[in-house]
Amino acid sequence: MKIRVQSDDFDVSTELAALNHAQVGALVSFVGTVRSDHGITGMELEHYPGMTEKSLTEIARQAQLSWELSDVVIIHRVGALQAGAQIVLVATTSRHRGTAFAACEFIMDYLKTEAPFWKKELGPDGAHWVDARSTDLSALDKWR
Amino acid sequence: MSTSFKVELRFFASVREQLGCAELTVELPPEISTVGQVRDWLIARGGVWATALAHDRPLRMAYGHVMCDGSELLLRAQPDQEIAFFPPVTGG
Repeated sequence: MKIRVQSDDFDVSTELAALNHAQVGALVSFVGTVRSDHGITGMELEHYPGMTEKSLTEIARQAQLSWELSDVVIIHRVGALQAGAQIVLVATTSRHRGTAFAACEFIMDYLKTEAPFWKKELGPDGAHWVDARSTDLSALDKWR
Repeated sequence: MSTSFKVELRFFASVREQLGCAELTVELPPEISTVGQVRDWLIARGGVWATALAHDRPLRMAYGHVMCDGSELLLRAQPDQEIAFFPPVTGG
């Protein structure tokens, strides 16, 4: 398992190649990026040092308890990010694609509602904090 | 035996900006026994505290780096305790 919170960008190919998937058949990855619609030029990502890593580790551990995964990686960036920049990478490996897909989605759903990150978007009207969406909360229902 | 005890408070995102404060060490009076009571105790300061931590606001809390709902009992015997207040998270 690899959990990283960093301001630097990440290289998806390098990260996926480093995953333990020699013995398994499926690798699923998700990359979230900074949107650029509505004139958004970038964002500032704040987090809670100390709690963030702990929270991501706990989410990955929950996924490992629920599915047979051979590896998990979560990388989340913080600080100033330009429109179009990569924000987050979640990748899971497993013997079967169904397991890898489900675990990857589970991790993203919980990351969006439980991990202490906050986005401040920079747009034509200045900077504003992004509101949490109720659809992110209801996405958790399918895992209960 | 209840004595006053010291905790670190942390504030994030819009809550931090409203309060103009990212962290604060406070001495809690003996009658405070839950995380939710810490919130009420801060609200009682009035002004921006009452606005930023208001009950009609979707505020989230963490105790010891774990999300909580306010009913958690404070472990008074433990040193270096941290309580955080922040808006619903928006990462990913």
